[in-house]
Amino acid sequence: MAGSMDAVGNILPNVLKAEASDDKDEFARMQSFVGAIAVADIVKTTLGPKGMDKILQSTDENKRHIITVTNDGATILKSIMVDNPAARILIDISKTQDEEVGDGTTTVAVFAGELLREAEKLTQMRIHPQTIIAGWRLAKDAALTKLKEISWSHEDDESFREDLLNIARTTLSSKLLTDDREHFAQLAVDAVLRLKGVNNLDYIKIIKKAGGTMKDSFLAEGFILEKTISTGCPKRLENPKILIANTPMDHDKIKIFGSKVRTDSMQKVAEIEEAEKGKMKKKVEKILAHKPDIFINRQLIYNYPEQLMADEGVMVIEHADFDGTERLSSVLGADILSTFDNPEDASLGQCELVEEMMIGEDKVIKFSGCGGKACSVVLRGSGAHVLDEAERSLHDALCVLTQTVINRNVVYGGGNSEISMALAVDEIAKTTKGKQALAIEAFARALRALPTIMCDNAGFDSAEIVQNLRSEIASGNTTAGLNMVDGEVSNMKTEGINECYRVKEQALHSASEAAEMILRVDEIVRCAPRKREG
Amino acid sequence: MSLVFDENGRPFVILRDQDKKQRVKGLEAHKANIIAARTVANLLKTSLGPKGMDKMLVSPDGDVVVSNDGATIMEQMEVEHQTAKLLVELSKSQDNEIGDGTTGVVVLAGALLEQAQALLDKGIHPLKIADGFEKACEMAVDRVENIATELDIEAHEHEELIKCAMTALGSKVVSKQKRKLAEIAVNAVLSVADMERRDVNLDLIKLVGKTGGSLEDTSFIDGIVIDKEFSHPQMEKEVKDAKICILTCPFEPPKLKTKHNLEIKNKDDYEKLYEIEQKYFTDMVKSVKDSGANLVLCQWGFDDEANHLLMHNKLPSVRWVGGVEIELIAIATGGRIIPRFQEITPEKLGNAGHVKEVNFGTTNEKMIVIEECSNSKAVTILTRGGNKMIVAEALRCLHDAICVVRNMIKNHKIVPGGGASELSASIYIQEEADKIETIEQYSVRGFAEALEEIPLALATNSGYDAMQYVSDLKEQQVKSGNPYYGVDAMNTGNNQMIEEGIYESVMSKKQQLQLSTQVVKMILKIDDVIAPSEYA
Repeated sequence: MAGSMDAVGNILPNVLKAEASDDKDEFARMQSFVGAIAVADIVKTTLGPKGMDKILQSTDENKRHIITVTNDGATILKSIMVDNPAARILIDISKTQDEEVGDGTTTVAVFAGELLREAEKLTQMRIHPQTIIAGWRLAKDAALTKLKEISWSHEDDESFREDLLNIARTTLSSKLLTDDREHFAQLAVDAVLRLKGVNNLDYIKIIKKAGGTMKDSFLAEGFILEKTISTGCPKRLENPKILIANTPMDHDKIKIFGSKVRTDSMQKVAEIEEAEKGKMKKKVEKILAHKPDIFINRQLIYNYPEQLMADEGVMVIEHADFDGTERLSSVLGADILSTFDNPEDASLGQCELVEEMMIGEDKVIKFSGCGGKACSVVLRGSGAHVLDEAERSLHDALCVLTQTVINRNVVYGGGNSEISMALAVDEIAKTTKGKQALAIEAFARALRALPTIMCDNAGFDSAEIVQNLRSEIASGNTTAGLNMVDGEVSNMKTEGINECYRVKEQALHSASEAAEMILRVDEIVRCAPRKREG
Repeated sequence: MSLVFDENGRPFVILRDQDKKQRVKGLEAHKANIIAARTVANLLKTSLGPKGMDKMLVSPDGDVVVSNDGATIMEQMEVEHQTAKLLVELSKSQDNEIGDGTTGVVVLAGALLEQAQALLDKGIHPLKIADGFEKACEMAVDRVENIATELDIEAHEHEELIKCAMTALGSKVVSKQKRKLAEIAVNAVLSVADMERRDVNLDLIKLVGKTGGSLEDTSFIDGIVIDKEFSHPQMEKEVKDAKICILTCPFEPPKLKTKHNLEIKNKDDYEKLYEIEQKYFTDMVKSVKDSGANLVLCQWGFDDEANHLLMHNKLPSVRWVGGVEIELIAIATGGRIIPRFQEITPEKLGNAGHVKEVNFGTTNEKMIVIEECSNSKAVTILTRGGNKMIVAEALRCLHDAICVVRNMIKNHKIVPGGGASELSASIYIQEEADKIETIEQYSVRGFAEALEEIPLALATNSGYDAMQYVSDLKEQQVKSGNPYYGVDAMNTGNNQMIEEGIYESVMSKKQQLQLSTQVVKMILKIDDVIAPSEYA
């Protein structure tokens, strides 16, 4: 029987498939640690306001020219291909963080990585992983309580807006938009406040148009649709009534199954064609009975109905995409219509002004003065890569802001929350009995690693500064934080560096859950890879 | 493999292509099989108990699964060896039958095989060993039944059930939230349990996982969650006192099953057809509306026109609802599944107090929650967690816990956990073994030793000096005559299992003993393995 032999000469049969592998204990754990830490190290240098960006290039020969320049942890991690299972878990938490709160994607990966780095040391000291986990759980609870304690929320709108602006500035400061962050922070806060608490970013449309500079980006108070108005229609309308439809305007298919046209003479063909036209005409008439000034359809509009409507002085916009119609309907307060038999029941949308305008060289249609929630952000910039990254940064900021609007709690940034939590964790480590205390201390070290990395990335003397910060906070100066411009400890309240409580909380949860999960593993079984045909 | 020769020294073909096959016979086959099976069992040994470790499994496509559940690990491992596969089947059948104890059953089988190997070395015939094991298994089952106690599951608001579920969850990654998850599991089972028949239909408990949030956000919903959204973005997002029309027919003109041709010959035909088509849609929507329904769930899709008509008539609707979900909803809301529009009547509508669409996270994912159903038989557990793997594992854990609770309702009898039952059975068998006259005595004793493997593994995983610890336990059990001393894996300082609330259902324990003995017997009976050679 095939198989290797053990020391005594017993034949060991192959239990798993030929290419499968099975690693146990130290080997398995080492693999997890190495993999997870390596992934965390990849994104580590992007952390903080002075973090660096990465260039991502596709492995596909044909797509080599497509590159992405980014600072966003989730984007980087999503694009790298890894084989190490522990690394995959880290990538997955970053993805979840992105989906759940939109920002802090780098932080989770780095924090989980740091936790595992500490765990590696502890296991080398022969502390059982389960003991480490028990300690971490105590530590995490203490950290969360502290985080809750140091967070605050402003009830009145004026100071809340200031909080939001601070958060937006802080989030954007680590991104490409740093230079124009004031501009973009205002922009993002305005956009989010328009939502009035609705957690749906669909209402904010981001339009990218290459050209101009970042400063030229603006928030359109109305809604911008990247479509053109059909020829022969008016280009500007004031206080129009707008009908939004999702209906075929090429020709109505007969939906009854199995029907087909069979005639015996040319004349009859002509008749049917006439009937078809008549049907379309009737449909147009029905639509016109709603008395719209503007007709927007999700689907194609053929020339014939288009011409019929243009004759009536109706502005026609065809091929508005799926997203577009939905957003438009909510902006304008219109129903999306598919049948047109009851003009009295159907609600049409309204706004103050619809006009065609130019952004750069492209024509777009702008709907302004429509008191709804939606708005559009037009991003300008010198190139596609810049715009893509700007969109990602802005998206992050918007996500964080919507989260803050829902859960109004805010904490100080600049490493203030991490250090405060680390201090609280250290505190319980002193009173905890047994080996768990070592794990609790390790948790605190991992928390402190975050501001340290931020300092390192900015090129400051991290050990010195972080220790200073620690002593400041420990001696009661609860607003102290890192100033990444001058490389010193300063007051976060006056600097206006705030972060969203929800993001921090989620990051703490996901990172410790993932680290725990990886640490619990003592064996990795890899199945034989599936054979691909060809 | 050596060829067989006849009396004249010519090679002799027994199996077709025999040089391409490999064959192991006799004692060698036994040993090879045992080693293979033990390799698998050893893999699971470290997962046993509350301090057990997890395994990380990488599937052929590179997906990662992290699990502590024996059945899942075995299934994902893609074991190739024939006898090892038997063990995979073993944990699977424990999973199907009981739902928990899938690791224990494999570890026990491994321990039995280890003993069998030693007995084989002594020269005892495999069948004798098998018979001895069989006999010992009966004794063990008897003993387990003897030490079992009845549990009052209703006492203290089902506190005992919660404890049981907590024991099952204690060994998993979710152990931090075990109290909460146990309560959820017990709640879920009790809401669907049929206490008179002592039966629980697990189909009525739906487990839904959604990545995001943390394990603490896992919630119990007294109703149903479907991973869908309302078909038209402008429909009402919330319906109170919903009357639900459950349809399994599409909002489309009917399609005849018979082959037919519909010919349009002239203008009139064309126009008539158009009218009829329009009428179909309005009639359909009207028949729904007339029945008094204010919510439509459809198994099929409907096109834009129908969609708009529904919206226009203030009928929020959901399309493409899965078949299983449709059935669940029908059961929960007391509605009937309606296959044709002609058959819609007010009596057939289902009732639910509250139906709403919920948003998750930043990616605009929506789910529909149906609560306060009139029949309220179906419930849902919505599991959240930091990443995909943890949600998947949490779902498996909850499934285990639910099974455990169900078993308790089926059979109120319990035995102590923490290896105490095995130890007590082992002691009992050791005593009885000496009274057996044949050489089966040895194999019966072997069985007793194999049983000790469970507390040993538990003690090892919990970081004790296993040998010392288990011998102490044994001494305590024998001296006090109390079979409830077990491994104090959580290090609470008390190893009285029942006091600590660590127990398992007697059904599960019996099943474990019987299943593993059966498999071991089966493996012992094999004395010839013929397999196509890898080198052919």
